[in-house]
Amino acid sequence: MATATFRIWRGERSSGQFRDYTTEVAAGMVVLDAVHQIQAEQAVDLAVRWNCKAGKCGSCSAEINGMPKLMCMTRLNTLALDKPVTIEPMKAFPHVRDLVTDVSWNYEVKQRIPMFKPRPPDAPDGTWRIAQEDVERVQEFRKCIECYLCQDVCHVLREHQMHEQFIGPRFLVYAAALEMHPLDVGDRVQDLRTQFGIGLCNITKCCTKVCPEGITITDNAIIPLKERVVDRFFDPLSKLFRIFAGRKT
Amino acid sequence: MAEYIPHEHDVLVIGAGGAGLRAAVEASAAGARVAVISKSLLGKAHTVMAEGGIAAAMGNVDDRDNWRVHFADTMRGGQYLSNWRMAELHAKEAPARVRELEAWGALFDRTRDGQILQRNFGGHRYPRLAHVGDRTGLEMIRTLQDHGIHLGLDVFMEHTIVRLLKHGEQIAGAFGYDRERGRFHVFRAKAVVLATGGIGRAYKITSNSWEYTGDGHSLAYHAGAALMDMEFVQFHPTGMIWPPSVRGILVTEGVRGEGGVLRNRNGERFMFKDIPPLYVSQTANSEEEGWRYTQGDKEARRPPELLTRDHVARCIRREVREGRGSPHGGVFLDIAWIKERIPNATEYIKKKLPSMYHQFKQLADIDITQEPMEVGPTTHYMMGGVRVGADSQMSDVPGLFAAGECAAGLHGANRLGGNSLSDLLVFGQRAGEFAAAFAKKNSFGNVESADLKSAEDWALQPFDQKGSDNPYAVQHKLQEVMQDLVGIVRQEGEMIQALERLRELKAASERVSVDGNREYNGGWHTALDLHHLITVSEIVTRAALERKESRGAHFRDDFPEKDKQFGSFNIVARKGVDGSMQFSREPIPPMRADLQQIIEEMK
Repeated sequence: MATATFRIWRGERSSGQFRDYTTEVAAGMVVLDAVHQIQAEQAVDLAVRWNCKAGKCGSCSAEINGMPKLMCMTRLNTLALDKPVTIEPMKAFPHVRDLVTDVSWNYEVKQRIPMFKPRPPDAPDGTWRIAQEDVERVQEFRKCIECYLCQDVCHVLREHQMHEQFIGPRFLVYAAALEMHPLDVGDRVQDLRTQFGIGLCNITKCCTKVCPEGITITDNAIIPLKERVVDRFFDPLSKLFRIFAGRKT
Repeated sequence: MAEYIPHEHDVLVIGAGGAGLRAAVEASAAGARVAVISKSLLGKAHTVMAEGGIAAAMGNVDDRDNWRVHFADTMRGGQYLSNWRMAELHAKEAPARVRELEAWGALFDRTRDGQILQRNFGGHRYPRLAHVGDRTGLEMIRTLQDHGIHLGLDVFMEHTIVRLLKHGEQIAGAFGYDRERGRFHVFRAKAVVLATGGIGRAYKITSNSWEYTGDGHSLAYHAGAALMDMEFVQFHPTGMIWPPSVRGILVTEGVRGEGGVLRNRNGERFMFKDIPPLYVSQTANSEEEGWRYTQGDKEARRPPELLTRDHVARCIRREVREGRGSPHGGVFLDIAWIKERIPNATEYIKKKLPSMYHQFKQLADIDITQEPMEVGPTTHYMMGGVRVGADSQMSDVPGLFAAGECAAGLHGANRLGGNSLSDLLVFGQRAGEFAAAFAKKNSFGNVESADLKSAEDWALQPFDQKGSDNPYAVQHKLQEVMQDLVGIVRQEGEMIQALERLRELKAASERVSVDGNREYNGGWHTALDLHHLITVSEIVTRAALERKESRGAHFRDDFPEKDKQFGSFNIVARKGVDGSMQFSREPIPPMRADLQQIIEEMK
């Protein structure tokens, strides 16, 4: 049977090194299968986060040959197996152990975004009427499995470590899903500009490229939100309108 | 207890899938201080993998639907072993639970007049499943998560409970560890809700995620609660079978709901060959009628592909065994054929079944809009679980509640597709409500330091044992035993052999050793999960031996017929005072007259 070598990052927090593991590979295998096989046979204490192994939960994010990917959806036949396949933890988050990072920051960020607030129900029985096409626009964003690969690849977070000032693509998608939700009457535009740092995104579209769900993050979520911010705060006509209408920004 | 990290809450919810989160939201709304224990990260629980939809008789697509029909469908599907009160509550309350999700931000697919769209599913008489394409579970868990995080819940992500704590007869809390550092925690609570899901990881071929190691079943059993209906393990008829590494991954029943058909290697629609008597009057008698049903013709009856899962799974197994299977030992599931019937079929399939399209394209190089899929049965769901009060979801242990897959009662001998997500919502809500009320009336039980010490010593054992079995190897062996000997078709000789093997594996599990330290150590976690897996495997096997008939998901080669006498009781497992596993047959209480009348009317 054919074998392949996997160069896996081992270690805790700041210290660590690559270790090579050679294991048997078979038709149809994905990277996570190889990692599990190595864990079962050679490295019992190997730390790896995973869950559904079907591309639905977004737990097994890692950098495979330098590319942010889900291990469970990366088939070995898409990789060159004549040299070692490197598997590393995501870089934008604090390292815990081996392939596991501390992604708790993402959960804190989400909590800061004002929650869904629906308009009053349309029908006396407390239900709403929504057109399918209005649903579809937001359903794209709600496909997100929170794998945080977009956060990992975003240079504002990865290189500049601006986790305090910028919520990252995942949460711009989340904010877009709320802002464009057909029932939502909340307003997050002011926050997007100030607290959430939308201006820091310079639309290089790296996030869109790595999204395993194929969400058009930059074009469909971030740019429309940027437009809302511009319309509200930088458009002279609406500025005048606000002054006369006595609305606060 | 200086060496353990202490926590105190009114209500402790163990499990953060649909049932756990719904319970936590409810308990919190009732004013309780709530902790949620999540074995994985928040929002990753197995609920995300649910595809088809939430069954709720809202009647948005077919106004003939109402709770009575849903009740009758559920009871029929469960072969009349279900707790009828739970089936009644479930059918009545599911619509409100779905609408509530919409009020919290869920966005379901719509009907033309803008209401929540509902789709056909196996065993449901009318289109009943509220859905979002084929990712309904993700929508549900994300909605509950995004709502829940603003309610002040204390969420403990990547924490695992290894033992429940009691004070006398009453629940007092739970003992566990955090995966990241391996530190021990003591969670004191006035009420505990188990919402830990299923046991699929006891089998080799399963659609279930790694978390499904029967924790809640085993924790409750060892704490003295009764488990019921444990012989009923659902094998979903359509799992992926090729390539080997994806074997078991679910292919949603929604494929068949949208018009997908099952064929053997000869191209035959084999499901037409064997239609169970209970369903003859509701099943199409031609391919043409079946197709019309999937397209919303109210006069048409459903195609036999949409019979209950237990039956479809056995028919597939029969085709394979009799030499009519597909190249990799399954059968063909074909949705691509609908292009003969409708324009733009390719776009339609991609829109209605986006995850399936993606899954096959990426993992198997199959374009489901152009060619058939190969599918076969996969371990999917545990009907059995903690026996609870129908209204309150409280177990035999005061203060210990259970909801969702780890509880028993609603599904009887076989669960209908879509009734799981509604189960999570209806009984999650009830468990949360009653747990909060229980916490209000009761005070904290004392936690004995001897109990904590014994739990800690037990949990650390794998580090002290050197050179014995590897935990992964023991788990793999266990999965083979259950797959081969206590699977979809069972017989006494094989199950007795399974018990023998389980005894050996239990001994091996107590000797496993792990390397490294306590920080995020996969080997250690697996070693501790083995205890739960072996406990539930033994209960499943013994309960299956006890039921000497074939009913629903439980099929015995040596007793292939349904036996009326076995329809009058549930099989209940308890841990005896001497630690031995004890089984009893507990009669099903007579059904209330008005409900009985519904059953008669809907026959």
